[in-house]
Amino acid sequence: MSNPQQLRYSKEHEWLSGAEDGVSTVGITEHAANALGDVVYVQLPEVGDTVTAGETCGELESTKSVSDLYSPVTGEIAEVNQDVVDDPALVNTAPFEGGWLFKVRVAEEPKDLLSADEYTEFSGS
Amino acid sequence: MSSTAPVAPRRTALDALHRSLGATMTDFAGWDMPLRYGSERDEHLAVRGRAGLFDLSHMGEITVTGPQAAALLNHALVGNIASVGVGRARYTMICRADGGILDDLIVYRLAETEYMVVANASNAQTVLDALVERAAGFDAAVRDDRDAYALLAVQGPESPGILKSLTDADLDGLKYYAGLPGTVAGVPALIARTGYTGEDGFELFVAPADAERLWQALTEAGAPVGLVPCGLSCRDTLRLEAGMPLYGHELTTALTPFDAGLGRVVKFEKEGDFVGREALSAAAARAESEPPRVLVGLVAEGRRVPRAGYPVVADGKVVGEITSGAPSPTLGRPIAMAYVDAAHAVPGTAGVGVDIRGSHEPYEVVALPFYKRRK
Repeated sequence: MSNPQQLRYSKEHEWLSGAEDGVSTVGITEHAANALGDVVYVQLPEVGDTVTAGETCGELESTKSVSDLYSPVTGEIAEVNQDVVDDPALVNTAPFEGGWLFKVRVAEEPKDLLSADEYTEFSGS
Repeated sequence: MSSTAPVAPRRTALDALHRSLGATMTDFAGWDMPLRYGSERDEHLAVRGRAGLFDLSHMGEITVTGPQAAALLNHALVGNIASVGVGRARYTMICRADGGILDDLIVYRLAETEYMVVANASNAQTVLDALVERAAGFDAAVRDDRDAYALLAVQGPESPGILKSLTDADLDGLKYYAGLPGTVAGVPALIARTGYTGEDGFELFVAPADAERLWQALTEAGAPVGLVPCGLSCRDTLRLEAGMPLYGHELTTALTPFDAGLGRVVKFEKEGDFVGREALSAAAARAESEPPRVLVGLVAEGRRVPRAGYPVVADGKVVGEITSGAPSPTLGRPIAMAYVDAAHAVPGTAGVGVDIRGSHEPYEVVALPFYKRRK
């Protein structure tokens, strides 16, 4: 697998797109999706919610386990992906594309987000 | 933290093959086992609709031989093992003197004076130790054969056809819960018509050195009908849909077979004393007079998945506990097994829910199993 160069990554295995009009898209990486197994339930924050970098803002549930979803940045939720709520398998089949989770109006970015190459080394894949 | 050095998990004879197939491995009962190869949901549905191939070499085989092999097992286990015909198998349990379940087992009678006891991996040493101890005074030998066998399972509606293409053994004459020695793909095997999936299928006990050859032959023979390699993750959802208990979840030392709704495996009418008889008689009487919690099925109305240990609630009170839960690929909804107070255990009981991390989600009480194959 390859981690798209244009994205940045958190150590909690979320990815963050570059901002368009101050809004970035967030999802989980393919590495994380593979580790979870088939995702069967996604609980996302609601539009207007404030999320904080490194804090939980939802849940991803797979056959075997439930995992917290962390926000990689601080900001306000601008949009959530209803397609992935209706069809959580998108997280597995297209983690960097149709399986995105939410869009956030970024107020503050942590300094320690990783580049694609740094994340590849960090995650081992 | 334990001060002892971690023990490296054991690897089955098929370990290199699993890794070459890209399996996600998991530590299960001290063994490094395939959890899944791709999507566990796809593997589950393959077994329901076509066929799946499993490595179950972690299961613990114990051979009991000798003139009093049958008498020993009748004494050591709760079932009437002496009545099992040669070539047949029996689901049974081994209990402590206080009636607590040590393990659930399948016992195969291979010959008049030879049985193979198959224990769960997590309990194999406990079962072996108990059998050795209980063998005192019997003219019978208990042998640890865990390293003597690899175990492959072919499960699913296409499994008879796949196996028939690789063996001359009389599979049509091989009934459910029967086993016979034969040759599969040139490999000597004990062919058993058993499984843990709710489908027709076979379990093949072979020498570890033959395991890879047999796996490859089954893979090739099964490819045209859609057989896929399957990991332990789908094995768990398959057995859950089929309402089959898993030791450590539905069965524990804190429960007797009567508490687990499986009192029928205890055969008081058999000859001679057996370990746990007195306590189990009392447990049977207790189950009649004051019904314990009942093992029930729960089906979610929503999509949140209940997990083992979550409270079952009704009218704001805890009325039970989840023992196993998972999203059901067949039903398309989360399902669970739970021990629930008798007052809330009748299928259709209204107002029952599961406390899923603080939120009470509505669940329907149903009879087990969730899934039964069409014969």
